[in-house]
Amino acid sequence: MPERQWKNKRRLMKPVNKRKNTRPNTSFKSELKRRFDMWLLQHLQAFIFSLGQFAKYPLSSLLTSAVIGISLALPASFYMLFDNVRFVSSSWDGSVQVTLFLQTEINDEQAATFANKLKDNKNINETTFIKRADALAEYQKLSGFADALNALDENPLPNVILVKPELNNINESDTEALIKELEAMPEVDAAQYDSQWFKRLLYLLDIVNRVIIILSTLLAVGVLLIIGNTIRLSIYNRRAEIEITKLFGGTDSFIQRPFLYSGLWYGAFGGIIAWLLIGISMQLLRGPVKQLANLYASDFQLIGLGFFNSLLLVGTGIALGLFGSWISVKRHLRDIDPV
Amino acid sequence: MIRFTNVNMTYADGNEALRNLNLHIAQGAMVYITGRSGAGKSTLLRLIALIDRHTRGQIIINGQNLDRVRNNRIPLFRRHIGFMFQDHRLLQDRTVFDNVGLPLVIAGYRHQEIRKRVQAALDKVSLLPKINSYPMSLSGGEQQRVGVARAVVHRPAILLADEPTGNLDPALSWDTMKLFEQFNQVGVTVLIASHDLDMIKRLQKRIITLKSGRILTHAGTPMEKQAQTNETG
Ligand SMILES: Nc1ncnc2c1ncn2[C@@H]1O[C@H](COP(=O)(O)OP(=O)(O)OP(=O)(O)O)[C@@H](O)[C@H]1O
Ligand SMILES: [Mg+2]
Repeated sequence: MPERQWKNKRRLMKPVNKRKNTRPNTSFKSELKRRFDMWLLQHLQAFIFSLGQFAKYPLSSLLTSAVIGISLALPASFYMLFDNVRFVSSSWDGSVQVTLFLQTEINDEQAATFANKLKDNKNINETTFIKRADALAEYQKLSGFADALNALDENPLPNVILVKPELNNINESDTEALIKELEAMPEVDAAQYDSQWFKRLLYLLDIVNRVIIILSTLLAVGVLLIIGNTIRLSIYNRRAEIEITKLFGGTDSFIQRPFLYSGLWYGAFGGIIAWLLIGISMQLLRGPVKQLANLYASDFQLIGLGFFNSLLLVGTGIALGLFGSWISVKRHLRDIDPV
Repeated sequence: MIRFTNVNMTYADGNEALRNLNLHIAQGAMVYITGRSGAGKSTLLRLIALIDRHTRGQIIINGQNLDRVRNNRIPLFRRHIGFMFQDHRLLQDRTVFDNVGLPLVIAGYRHQEIRKRVQAALDKVSLLPKINSYPMSLSGGEQQRVGVARAVVHRPAILLADEPTGNLDPALSWDTMKLFEQFNQVGVTVLIASHDLDMIKRLQKRIITLKSGRILTHAGTPMEKQAQTNETG
């Protein structure tokens, strides 16, 4: 055996404890830095390794992530729908108004003067007169029933006056009194006030909100179970590796790190898939919603997830992924002993 | 240095694997442990590596009383030990490089350092050309040598081998044992459990024979004395 090679081998086989004794006394600070570097390195290794595992089994990884994604997308889209409805209803909230349908005998001129006269009432802030002809024209334009309406000889719509009550006066009994007063006027056929259904809508929204919370909780538990089970399977698949790692001095945190990162990846990909699903659904709904809004003379547009909520969605996925794998790792790694 | 004082090992199911065992192995010694199946050879090695804890007595490894090594300290303790098995236990889905490098990855070495040391270890067992192969594509003897490389790559103070040649033909067994001797010559304490008494006798090292958890005979002690003088000098 050549001399040089032999020296090399001697260095290789020098025992650890001897080497330590000969090491120059390192300062506390550099020791700290060394440990931090090592910690960072091992995290990086686990991070990349777990991503590599994903690439190694793309189909099963994708399927798991997709299930998580759908579980996240469901409550998230409910929340979005809820948010949109609440947004729409809040815009109604500020414009409580009474709709007066005038008697058909009242012509346009009389109606206009009547509308002006109403403004003098101290309980009324503003009135808007809508001519029956204008109402018909707009309705024809927007409803798509143009032909059917043309077939009628006479305009079936009455003149309408929109009455906005004085804002500081909208409490229940005052508005009731105002409606009674308006209804008693000879020009008025009927007065309609939308408070009742608005209230019902608020109660309904409250119920829907709770249903969404319950549903989200259930689906979150579902995500935890999916991730926990996936991690459990991969722990048992890699049992031999874990045993060997324990035998050669791998700490618990070293061993569990790749599994935690796998959970993180599942959660993150699940979150991204959920985000994509919602984005696609939004694109599909945007057109029809816009048409519907036009019908109501509103420029309402669907509110998307936005940057913050997108982050929140992916973040929720990551948090659930980490938590699910953490539970699984705590439960199942303990069962594995070396040898 | 390994010292057993009145050590008993009773497994949870009541099996008394070791009884009142007294043993001293100097640092840098090379010792064969033999005995019939069930005599307690594996148990002895398991206690040294803290895979199981002894139930009575005292074990001191490199000046460390094992009773004082808390469970969360076991990983660090094991980094001074190298292992070999009869069924080599390589990870089939990793290359030879990854298998041998595992102890270094665990200890947090940098990649360049890992590469350097893995290459040196594989060179030592003459398997450098196979560095990127998978264990499946190696012969039984080659796999066993990969196991040897993995056991020494992190320069352990103690090398424990449980039936390392159980699956090998006589010639390969002899080569493997000689390999262990080379590691021993550079200061690694080597403990080998083996059935193969004929071969062990020819190797002229200290032999401890166990029977039902007790030491039956001690042979070849001069080697130990030599090792002891090495230790102090
Ligand atoms: N995990 C265990 N639980 C209970 N009893 C055990 C366990 N491991 C070993 N034993 C018992 O301890 C005794 C010694 O076993 P050990 O494995 O140390 O023997 P050995 O000398 O290595 O045998 P072999 O040559 O067959 O490997 C045996 O009676 C065995 O049944
Ligand atoms: Mg055994």
